[in-house]
Amino acid sequence: MQRPAAAGSLGPDNDIIVDVRDVHYAVNARPIFNGISLTVRRGRITAIMGPSGTGKSTLLRLITAQIQPDRGSIVVWGNDLSTLKPGEIYGMRKRMGMLFQQGALLTDLNVFENVAFPLREHTKLPEPVIRALVLTKLHAVGLRGAAELMPAELSGGMARRVALARAIVMDPDVLIYDEPFVGLDPISMGVILRLIRSMNEGLGITSIVVSHDVQELSTIAHDSYLLSGGRVVAAGTPQELAASTSGEVRQFMTGSDDGPVPFHYPAPDYAQQLFGDSRGGRR
Amino acid sequence: MSAATDTNLIVRFVRTVGQSALFFLSLLRHVIPALARPRLVVHQIYNAGARSLIVIMLSGFFVGAVLGLQGFDLLQRFGSEEALGVAAALGLLKELSPVVTALLFAGRAGTSLTSEIGLMRATEQLQAMEVMAVDPMRYVAAPRFIGGIVAMPLLAAVFSIVGLYGAQLVGVQLMGVDPGSFWSQMQSAVELNDVTEGVIKSLVFGVACSLIAVFEGYHATPTAEGVGLATTRTVVASSVLTLLLDLMMTATFL
Repeated sequence: MQRPAAAGSLGPDNDIIVDVRDVHYAVNARPIFNGISLTVRRGRITAIMGPSGTGKSTLLRLITAQIQPDRGSIVVWGNDLSTLKPGEIYGMRKRMGMLFQQGALLTDLNVFENVAFPLREHTKLPEPVIRALVLTKLHAVGLRGAAELMPAELSGGMARRVALARAIVMDPDVLIYDEPFVGLDPISMGVILRLIRSMNEGLGITSIVVSHDVQELSTIAHDSYLLSGGRVVAAGTPQELAASTSGEVRQFMTGSDDGPVPFHYPAPDYAQQLFGDSRGGRR
Repeated sequence: MSAATDTNLIVRFVRTVGQSALFFLSLLRHVIPALARPRLVVHQIYNAGARSLIVIMLSGFFVGAVLGLQGFDLLQRFGSEEALGVAAALGLLKELSPVVTALLFAGRAGTSLTSEIGLMRATEQLQAMEVMAVDPMRYVAAPRFIGGIVAMPLLAAVFSIVGLYGAQLVGVQLMGVDPGSFWSQMQSAVELNDVTEGVIKSLVFGVACSLIAVFEGYHATPTAEGVGLATTRTVVASSVLTLLLDLMMTATFL
């Protein structure tokens, strides 16, 4: 398959695949990011961690140019995304694979056709080649035998593996995982972890993994970023994060329920609310 | 209702109309690229058309039979029962077939289009396509839009045929109208213009109903409640718009 030539000039930092620079983004005047900056380097697994609701998935939508930042810039392969035309954005996306939280398989196509979908849409490969490519990718995720099943017949873990096969069928340079471990049993989780690592080591794919499963990510990530309150609160290797003395980082890494991130959503005084109105009521 | 809510409603209405107009233009741009994948389009014609056949035929038969009964009762008062064929044919071809077909289409095919596309958004399928560099407007929206436009006149034609049979069954077999004059008067009185009027109406209804169904699905809030609301809006908006357009077109054609 002809791989599109790398667009844009790559300077001395040609190791940097994704460069997020001081990005601000708000939804309905509610700020999600207040000047977030991070880089993803070639051939490495970059973990983006943070509590639920910190905009991790939004960051992925920004990197894949599904939405545009209010301020700041995102540079992918040396191209500022805000300067790309729709055709160029589609060209860039062909070099990326993305694994969605729930797999996002097309429900009217069976497993085989789901994996074949990008090939049929973007290439004119003859049927035997498509068949061979799809079966190879399905074999890589251990689901060659499930080729004829419909998405509704798959378990959560299987659906995610099929989605992974679909994400790698175009041989992307970058693979993006959006919460790949959510709702998986320990066996499926182990399988996905091993697959992420083998995709990275065996195929040299640059990986971006968004998740809040700290323990799992620590075993595979090369670089990690911890997001909170719309900015990066810590960056470094998983070991550096684990050794951090910052309260926010410690709370997240150890999973304690109270700390800089409060356990309770802001509420009026507990006793006041429980007994305030009914005190002296029914005896 | 306060003035502020009134203004809000008006702003929301204008915004929706503008949004659907832009969506319509964008759909039109994707029609030609979508036709390059005829398999997808044929599948959608089957979905919107063939799967609505039973409800269309049943309703067509009942409407035709009622037309036969009412028409006979009315014409008998003037002693011109033989004109029943003409009355049924003109009523069906020009008015009842396109309108009732569009209303049934909104309820059967329109709701299924809206909920299908809405659920595709809720389960991130549309976003997944975007990320795979496949434009969902071309792959999902345009084929369904074309499917609806092609299916509507075909369904209306089936409705007319079954309806005429129903009218004939009641008028001729049950009420004893002379079959010769039933058919021959129909043949001499119905002109090509009458047929064209019905076809144009059903084409316009096809565009309106398919546009609303696809638009509502595509812009549905990606939750169970959001998809439910979008489906309801499809039926309400399609029905009202069909009747409004029918009034406008009938006035134009007369």
